[in-house]
Amino acid sequence: MENEKHHIVPYKVYIYILVALIAMTFMSIGITKINLGEYSVLGAMIFATLKSILVLSWFMHLKFDQPFLRIMVGFVALLFFAVIFITFLDYYFR
Amino acid sequence: MQTATQLEHEVNYLDYKGKYKGIFAWIFSTDHKRIALLYMYSMLTMFVVGVALGLAMKLELIAPGKTIMDPQTYNAVFTVHGVIMIFMIVIPGLPAVFGNFMLPIMIGAKDVAFPKINLLSWYFYVAGALLVISSVLFGNGTPDTGWTFYAPYSFKSGTNLLPAIFGAFVLGFSSILTGLNFIVTIHRMRAPGMTWFKMPLFPWSLYGTAWIQLLATPVIGITLVLVALERIFNIGVFDPALGGDPILYQHLFWIYSHPAVYVMILPAMGAISEIIPTFSQKHIFGYRAIIVSTLAIAFVGYFVWGHHMFTSGMSGTAQYTFSILTFIVAIPSAIKVFNWISTMHKGSINPEAPFLWAVTFIFVFMIGGFSGLVLGALATNVHVHDTAFVVAHFHFIVFGGVGFAFFGAIHYWFPKMFGRMYDKVWAKVGWAFFTVGFLTLYSPMFYLGMMGMPRRYYDYLPEFHAGNILSTLGSWVMTFGLLIIVINLFRSAKNGAIASINPWNSKTLEWTVPSPPPLENFDEIPVYGEKDGPYEY
Amino acid sequence: MEHVAQHSDPHYDQEASKLGMWLFIFTELLLFGGLFIVYAIYRFLNPEAFQMAGHELNITIGAINTIILLVSSMTIAMSTSALQKKNKGLTVLLLEITIMLALIFLINKYFEWGVKFDHGIWPGSEHLLNDMGHGEVLFFGLYFVMTGLHALHIVIGMIIIIVALNKVQKGTVHADRPSLLENAGLYWHLVDLIWIFLFPLFYLIH
Ligand code: HEM
Ligand SMILES: [Cu+2]
Repeated sequence: MENEKHHIVPYKVYIYILVALIAMTFMSIGITKINLGEYSVLGAMIFATLKSILVLSWFMHLKFDQPFLRIMVGFVALLFFAVIFITFLDYYFR
Repeated sequence: MQTATQLEHEVNYLDYKGKYKGIFAWIFSTDHKRIALLYMYSMLTMFVVGVALGLAMKLELIAPGKTIMDPQTYNAVFTVHGVIMIFMIVIPGLPAVFGNFMLPIMIGAKDVAFPKINLLSWYFYVAGALLVISSVLFGNGTPDTGWTFYAPYSFKSGTNLLPAIFGAFVLGFSSILTGLNFIVTIHRMRAPGMTWFKMPLFPWSLYGTAWIQLLATPVIGITLVLVALERIFNIGVFDPALGGDPILYQHLFWIYSHPAVYVMILPAMGAISEIIPTFSQKHIFGYRAIIVSTLAIAFVGYFVWGHHMFTSGMSGTAQYTFSILTFIVAIPSAIKVFNWISTMHKGSINPEAPFLWAVTFIFVFMIGGFSGLVLGALATNVHVHDTAFVVAHFHFIVFGGVGFAFFGAIHYWFPKMFGRMYDKVWAKVGWAFFTVGFLTLYSPMFYLGMMGMPRRYYDYLPEFHAGNILSTLGSWVMTFGLLIIVINLFRSAKNGAIASINPWNSKTLEWTVPSPPPLENFDEIPVYGEKDGPYEY
Repeated sequence: MEHVAQHSDPHYDQEASKLGMWLFIFTELLLFGGLFIVYAIYRFLNPEAFQMAGHELNITIGAINTIILLVSSMTIAMSTSALQKKNKGLTVLLLEITIMLALIFLINKYFEWGVKFDHGIWPGSEHLLNDMGHGEVLFFGLYFVMTGLHALHIVIGMIIIIVALNKVQKGTVHADRPSLLENAGLYWHLVDLIWIFLFPLFYLIH
């Protein structure tokens, strides 16, 4: 377990990521300007999810870390969505 | 104090002299063993208060009508009793005391991963406890909402709730930090060669518990913040007058508080899983099944919170789902019971005090568990919800579960922790009184609840009198047993016979270090070979 | 922050402190997670009111703040790379930029809240309780709680970054002992992550 070598991310990769993040921000603003009815929430959330995946993988280094960290993050996300889902079993069917 | 060890040159953790003197040598110590004792003594203090309040309630209920207190006092008493017992006793419970003390030693480490954070979490504990106490002493009236702080009453009640809510929040922080520490410790600091599936079961149970502490506690944290903000600013989130939904409060509250029940019971099961093989001198039956069931309980336990809300008015779909899931989560618990019994089968049983506690644990835990199924089934739940039946049920689970396991654990690890053996006869006498008292105290409540006696009332109808007298008598017998146990342990910690390194002939690592262990536990970090394992009898 | 304080410990374990920080981040995610559940339920129950109330918020300010946070996230991420490349001057500079950006975010937030207050909208305000519907009350209640809690995290994040900056300057945080800076970075990205969801949920409902 020792000598876990550190991966140094080049500066320009971070710049690419930033550009992608900003582009997606504008896209999510754009998509809510178009009238998609109920789907505009969905659109905005999809962009938010994509953005967070970028932040998690590159800015937060998950891509270069040990796999168990990625598994943990995925597990936490899953747990959270399961909790929301079950809560909605009450509100949606009330 | 002397120790009977070969490593005589090593000063044990009790006598070790550091930078600080007197009490500061303890409250500034980052040694996991000293922190464990700090927790134990502070918990004992709060426990005395909690028990006194419990006894006061039982005295009030010895006869119908007013006996010793008026209704408002009774409301305050059960609230403070519940808050103390839940947030300060059974939730920190085994992890904070035996987890802190034993986890590093059992996995062959010198301390936890972040010793300073460990100490910090004890300070949070004390701060939280003081806040809760301050809500009793100051302001206009002791909180009277019950430990559940249900909305909307929790922001309508004129009593001094803010400090209590804030106290519960701070206690949650303490619990989170303990969990965080344990997970990192288990991931990073296991002895070389101790793979995940060679780790003893108590650390395994702490691992499952720690994840719940980490992932559930923040939810109640934010919920309590919302209630506080509701009280101060009227933000409306749980206030039906402003469009909020009080049932949503219940959801959020139980999203934490059901998993919290597993924070209480999983480490208890872990301790039992150490005691049973030792006193049967046999390999634990179904080692992996116990691990899998631990993780399964921790996971499925997240999705059953609604069984506390069957009568709240939530949708039918939610009711069925929660009922089914509740039945499912009972399965892994049953698997463990099966494993413990099978471990005893054909073992060479040594009925010392820890073993007696472990067996009675299984007994009361099963009663609690079966009554839980009664509560998990929709039709019967509607009948007994908010009656004395529920009080009996959760005392069998949390008090029966955690209490019996705690006493089992202290009698098991006492010689290691203090280097001395307790008086074994008194230990058994204490156990006998306690068990008989416990059963007399809580069993009648099942009956009373079935007959319709509601909980959280200072009064009851005359037909419930007989059962209540019996129950109150039980509370006295149990307290008597409690006194015997505590006095016996205190006296033995000072004057007991010197204990050897491994008085029970156990196989886990904590029994390879001197009693009491030296400051950093191991001279040399132990190495686990191919054939080594925690239960190789 | 205490959870990174063990760096003065002789048993330095970089992976352990990283794992500890991640676990702490999980608790933060679930803290906000509780609020997101409340939000989801109330938006589901009051769809129109949430839309109406959403119009009160200024997309431009929201978008500017989003970009500020994204840029600051990049600068702090770069600062760890700079530290690993033993470029102390650049590390310090990038951290200073991060702190400046955080400050600008807070100033924007201050003015944004100020405008709301001028319109008579704050938690429990007369205007809110008397003239608006239940849905709006809930929307703004959540808006203030969630952005307020987020702003509190910005402040905490700034403090951590300042501590890290100090230690980089003093040389106690360096290429072989980068944990404090890495953890400050992780925490800061968390703050960014939460904003990534807050922005569409409050500003982009139309
Ligand atoms: C000497 C020991 C104890 C006695 C005599 C006792 C007795 C009682 C009584 C009479 C009630 C009130 C029932 C009602 O009117 O609703 C109660 C409530 C409660 N007890 Fe205990 N109890 C004891 C120990 C414990 C322990 C160890 C725990 C924690 C595991 C605990 C947890 C609770 C909780 C959570 C409540 C509910 C409070 C509420 O309604 O808000 N008790 N107890
Ligand atoms: Cu439950």
